[in-house]
Amino acid sequence: MLPKYGLSPDLDNKKLDATCVGCNHISCSCIRTIYVGHKSCPPNEAYIPPKFCDNRIVSSKYTVWNFLPKNLFEQFRRIANFYFLIIFLVQVIVDTPTSPVTSGLPLFFVITVTAVKQGYEDWLRHKADREVNEYRVSVLEDGRRIRKMSAKIKVGDIVEVEEDETFPCDLILLQSSRDDGTCFVTTASLDGESNHKTHYTVADLESDLQYLSATIECEQPQPDLYKSLGPENLLLKGANLKNTQKICGVAVYTGMETKMALNYQGKSQKRSAVEKSINAFLLVYLFILVSKALVCTTLKYVWQSKHDETWYNEKTQKEKETNQYLKMFTDFLSFMVLFNFIIPVSMYVTVEMQKFLGSFFITWDKDFFDPEIQEGALVNTSDLNEELGQVEYIFTDKTGTLTQNNMEFIECCIDGFQYKHGDGSSELDGFCVTDGPSTKQRQDQIDQIDQIDQIDQEMGFIASSPDEIALVKGAMRYGFTFLGLESKNMKILNRNKDVETYELLHVLNFDPVRRRMSVMVKSKTGDILLFCKGADSSIFPQVRQEEVERIRMHVERNATEGYRTLCVAYKHLSAQEYARADADLREARLTLQDREEKLMAVYNRVETDMILIGATAVEDQLQDEAAQTMEALQGAGMKIWVLTGDKMETAKSTCYACGLFKKNTELLELTLRTLEDGGRSREERLHDLLLEYHKKAVQDAPPVKLGITRKKNTGQDYGFIIDGASLSMVLSSSSEPNSRRYKNLFLQICQNCTSVLCCRMAPLQKAQIVKLVKNSKGNPITLSIGDGANDVSMILEAHVGIGIKGKEGRQAVKNSDYAIPKLKHLKKLLLAHGHLYYVRIAHLVQYFFYKNLCFILPQFLYQFFCGYSQQPLYDAAYLTMYNICFTSMPILAYSLLEQHICIEVLLEHSTLYRDIAKNAMLRWKLFLYWTALGIFHGLVFFFGVRFLFSNPALQDNGQVFGNWSYGTIVFTVLVFTVTLKLALDTRHWTWINHFVIWGSLAFYVFFSFFWGGIIWPFLKHQRLYFVFANMLSSVSAWLVIILLILLSLLPEILLVVLRKPRGPHARQVTLNCIAGDPQSPQSSARPLLTRTFSDESNTVI
Amino acid sequence: MMASSYNAKEEDGHHSGSSTHGGTGAPKNKKPDNTAFKQQRLPAWQPILTAGTVLPAFFIIGLMFIPIGIGLYVTSNNIKEYEVDYTGVEPNSPCYDCANSFTWNSTTPCVCTVNFTLTQPFESNVYMYYGLSNFYQNHRRYVKSRDDSQLNGVQSSLISPSKECEPYRTNPETKQPIAPCGAIANSLFNDTLELYYSQPDGNTSKVTLVKKGIAWYTDKHVKFRNPGNDKDNLTERFKGTAKPVNWMKPVYELDPSDPENNGFINEDFIVWMRTAALPTFRKLYRIIQKKPDSTPTLASGKYFLKITYNYPVRSFDGRKRMILSTISWMGGKNPFLGIAYITVGSICFFLGVVLLIIHHKYDTRSNSADIPN
Repeated sequence: MLPKYGLSPDLDNKKLDATCVGCNHISCSCIRTIYVGHKSCPPNEAYIPPKFCDNRIVSSKYTVWNFLPKNLFEQFRRIANFYFLIIFLVQVIVDTPTSPVTSGLPLFFVITVTAVKQGYEDWLRHKADREVNEYRVSVLEDGRRIRKMSAKIKVGDIVEVEEDETFPCDLILLQSSRDDGTCFVTTASLDGESNHKTHYTVADLESDLQYLSATIECEQPQPDLYKSLGPENLLLKGANLKNTQKICGVAVYTGMETKMALNYQGKSQKRSAVEKSINAFLLVYLFILVSKALVCTTLKYVWQSKHDETWYNEKTQKEKETNQYLKMFTDFLSFMVLFNFIIPVSMYVTVEMQKFLGSFFITWDKDFFDPEIQEGALVNTSDLNEELGQVEYIFTDKTGTLTQNNMEFIECCIDGFQYKHGDGSSELDGFCVTDGPSTKQRQDQIDQIDQIDQIDQEMGFIASSPDEIALVKGAMRYGFTFLGLESKNMKILNRNKDVETYELLHVLNFDPVRRRMSVMVKSKTGDILLFCKGADSSIFPQVRQEEVERIRMHVERNATEGYRTLCVAYKHLSAQEYARADADLREARLTLQDREEKLMAVYNRVETDMILIGATAVEDQLQDEAAQTMEALQGAGMKIWVLTGDKMETAKSTCYACGLFKKNTELLELTLRTLEDGGRSREERLHDLLLEYHKKAVQDAPPVKLGITRKKNTGQDYGFIIDGASLSMVLSSSSEPNSRRYKNLFLQICQNCTSVLCCRMAPLQKAQIVKLVKNSKGNPITLSIGDGANDVSMILEAHVGIGIKGKEGRQAVKNSDYAIPKLKHLKKLLLAHGHLYYVRIAHLVQYFFYKNLCFILPQFLYQFFCGYSQQPLYDAAYLTMYNICFTSMPILAYSLLEQHICIEVLLEHSTLYRDIAKNAMLRWKLFLYWTALGIFHGLVFFFGVRFLFSNPALQDNGQVFGNWSYGTIVFTVLVFTVTLKLALDTRHWTWINHFVIWGSLAFYVFFSFFWGGIIWPFLKHQRLYFVFANMLSSVSAWLVIILLILLSLLPEILLVVLRKPRGPHARQVTLNCIAGDPQSPQSSARPLLTRTFSDESNTVI
Repeated sequence: MMASSYNAKEEDGHHSGSSTHGGTGAPKNKKPDNTAFKQQRLPAWQPILTAGTVLPAFFIIGLMFIPIGIGLYVTSNNIKEYEVDYTGVEPNSPCYDCANSFTWNSTTPCVCTVNFTLTQPFESNVYMYYGLSNFYQNHRRYVKSRDDSQLNGVQSSLISPSKECEPYRTNPETKQPIAPCGAIANSLFNDTLELYYSQPDGNTSKVTLVKKGIAWYTDKHVKFRNPGNDKDNLTERFKGTAKPVNWMKPVYELDPSDPENNGFINEDFIVWMRTAALPTFRKLYRIIQKKPDSTPTLASGKYFLKITYNYPVRSFDGRKRMILSTISWMGGKNPFLGIAYITVGSICFFLGVVLLIIHHKYDTRSNSADIPN
């Protein structure tokens, strides 16, 4: 698409030459008319000022007024909170066995804490918004400069921006302080490209903006960043002005309508897969709860029909008067309340605490500390810790994430000789003998090629491509210094300290289809030379074939090493040839229609029959340990997709360098270039290519099985490359069924490729891809990592968004869930932290459901023995304290400290990550196991004590025990069993675990004595008075407690022992674990206990 | 210690939180502390349960539990227990008439006598229980129908008992508060049991039944207290209250013979107030103290039980029993514990053997599997 910006004068009769060619295509409905400087159209015409939004950016969610209702509403939309609210209300209204305080207090606590947390976060957003909105900018009004808040900019205002400032809104460049009417900007925070881009002022404007009166017609705001980065005179909000003192521009899009804001996606709350599992389990337990209550209610009325009212236990007047059906309903609710502890509020509190406290371990990790920026990792949300252990797809940005965006010249090869640079002196390869004059000359020529567009500055070179800087710097080390460009004359200082001058005649620009660029220069001697550089594949067909083979070898070797290779060719032009080319070029440039095509035809005609000089290799320096990190992550079963706004060639070489593409990887390319091959319509070609690739990658390849090393299994590795334009064709094909089909084909191809590279992506396209994969079959967990503002949308879209604290501002960091200083830290974050967090929280969840099931089951069973009268088995204090005090701390400590496999081993064996893939520890099978265990324990507790109580004379003085003793014995067995069960699962006993586990048990005993030791004046019932002490005075009670605890744990111990380690690997791992932890002072004391083999994942049952 | 560690955490959390939001402050050294806790490197004991470590435990448990179980079983078997059901359901049973002719407002007590023979002598202290079946003392409405503070002697509760006592809170006619209020107190077991021994010489002698020491010590001395001043007459102290509806005499006449056993601190009353766990239960009624000489407490022979039949159970299909039992260190007769211990002990031992075999097999197999690696 061509730019759609037209500037048309309305007062001056002079026809301005609009910079835009396509303006006449704009249909009326989708244009906005802007009056520059608010000087409106002829006064006699009725002018209705159009409504544009102001330049205010709003990212906050609440205001002071709507915070409370909105926040409460959002919180109670959570199924769990709503459930607890209902339970609380039932307890308040209906006569229930337990007090409303038992569920009201924790609920209030949870709601308050969450509200405070969210309020604080929103306050921070308000603050950030204010900072942006109140930023002062200069606006020209009636020729005067006025300082004004950024938020107050209106469409049509003329805004002045100075060097290094950020544009406050989308501007059309009217005036620049540079003579040539250009300005330089970097759009790093928009699309991640940190090179300088040149923008031009609107041509033929009066120099004094004060008197300018014009209208601009432009299209309505559109989010497509990629399309619109083109227009030469549109400056986007968020871009930075560079190397230009100041510019003036007229605001065309403001506030939420700027490209940046349209490309910004709101930060929605992310839910982890674990939370989804919790909700599913919750439903099961809710079902259990309701059915329990239903069973009890039904049986109650069956029972009552037989034992209606006994003389010793008459109903109250109120009970007699109540309607039968209402009574049934309230009975049902009472049972619900009695059993509601099966879904405890405390689980949510514990999970939240675990996440909150657990996330500190990430911020504290000194391995994440980067001495360069003096910062460690940052956790923005603690909700997703465990999701780090579940990642299946990684979407990574290239520039700044995989690479440092820092090019370095490595070597070049000229006429088959290789020149490698090392320590400032030129080193020759074994087979390279001389450094002949011809070589020197050609070196020189290579040098020249790269001098295009370059401006020599005090600080260094600035070019539109970092490769070119690298080449120039490389040449400088060989003694050819580029001195600069002075009115079309390039000066080069050669080895002999002579200045050579070349006159620059034409630049044949780069384009992605031709994939090469050329210059025509005239040397001092008057020779006209054409130098061409480009990708090997685009140069080789255009040169004489003699030299190709030798160079090709070098190029291929360099390419597989991950260097960016360029081939250079040249050609002498005779005077006639030049004259013709010159004329053609000029003509093509002046055409209005199909200018691009015509230019390209000329370029192609000129760039033929050249002589190959050689090739260069430039290294796009990777981040530290990028390749190792990628290898480890792939080993962990993750698929890595590179999404970049960069050129395909650049991105491809990075992929090679990172080891994402290997030597034998067959690349499947779906780009504009491949689409335009074959001469048919793009749509048809797309269809064919997709089918062809699908056949190759999906149908012919044997199905890839998880857990088996892929490389050895399948013969062929595939890599897939797609660019932005092709992607939008795939995603938004003209017809709906086609589009769905393409999407499916595309996904299937991608899923069977080891790595996927998507280049030339606009930020929203990145998000689209993430979304596509996220919603594909099996809903894989995705992770996006990036460092620039252009990655924000994909960071927000993915399940987990990671920001790199790079050089390109803090946008990505602010919007990410976790921020780390370097890419290499991702490995530990996922493989160690993610793995551990997942195991911890999965165990926490399962354990919580288990412990509440075996807590409530005896209470349920007791109903069968007490006439379904809702009589609680346990005292109210025990009911309330069970989850809060007696059993909460050990599991919290476990879920913060457990390391079932130590960190070193996790890092070393990345395949361990696969063991927990796909939510392995929260599958239904395991859930059933835990539930069965809970039921078993509940049955053992209840019936064990039931048989004991067949004769309640349990003391040696013949006295008998009552119902509260019964409950206390069951409860004691319960607390001990549940705690010891956790102790059995604990693989990592720090002093905190010891303290908390034994401490809880001691606390239980102490509390029971204390609670039963005093007549509490505020209590209506003194039910437990000396019950516990009396229980302990009975030998039978002791014996039954010991017996039942042991009996309950027996199957557990048995299972642990009987389960065999999975292969010899497991054994090895544990041994390594012990050996690889020399820092631990305990290691020498440990062998006695750890000498034997073990199962590396006892918790995964 | 615990608290301090969490405090440290909180502080650090706060610090890290504030520094992240601090934005572009002066460059601080944010390097995380290299402490064992923060780096998750706390020294840890890493126990690994294996067949090797668990095997001995299984054997030890087996070897310990089986003897304990045998001991328990033998002890339980040595306890002598004799049960007499005197409900009077069957037409030929001695209490049939009493059971049938029961009316709530009869003034003359119905007395019946049950004969039984003890084939073995009962040594040591013998405990006499009464047992009720199908009596839901653990029904929720029943369990909560009491006022513990009234029973604790709190004057205000005596005058206005807790609402929980409804419908046994106030006398429906006089509107006076009931003391002791509630369903539990109202349904106090009021059969009187007397035991007579027919000596071989034809004489009958009354067996001395001790009514003290049947309630928990703490209940008798702390939890239950009569209201008012100790010096006053008990009748005075309960003035203004009504007797429970089903009672024949007011609370201060429960045991007029012994002021230490009268009113709320009457032990029969206290025992009744401790609600049973299950609908079939027994409660301690009397103790027959062993004799100073070496003769058995209850010699074998013929006995008869004289029952003042006041307590109706037929309306809810209940049964009444009188149980005579000796007691061991583990309490009354209950073979469950012994059997359970023997069973669990045997299971452990058996599993130990099975594991030993498996362990042996597995170990050799895994070793051979390891060799190729």
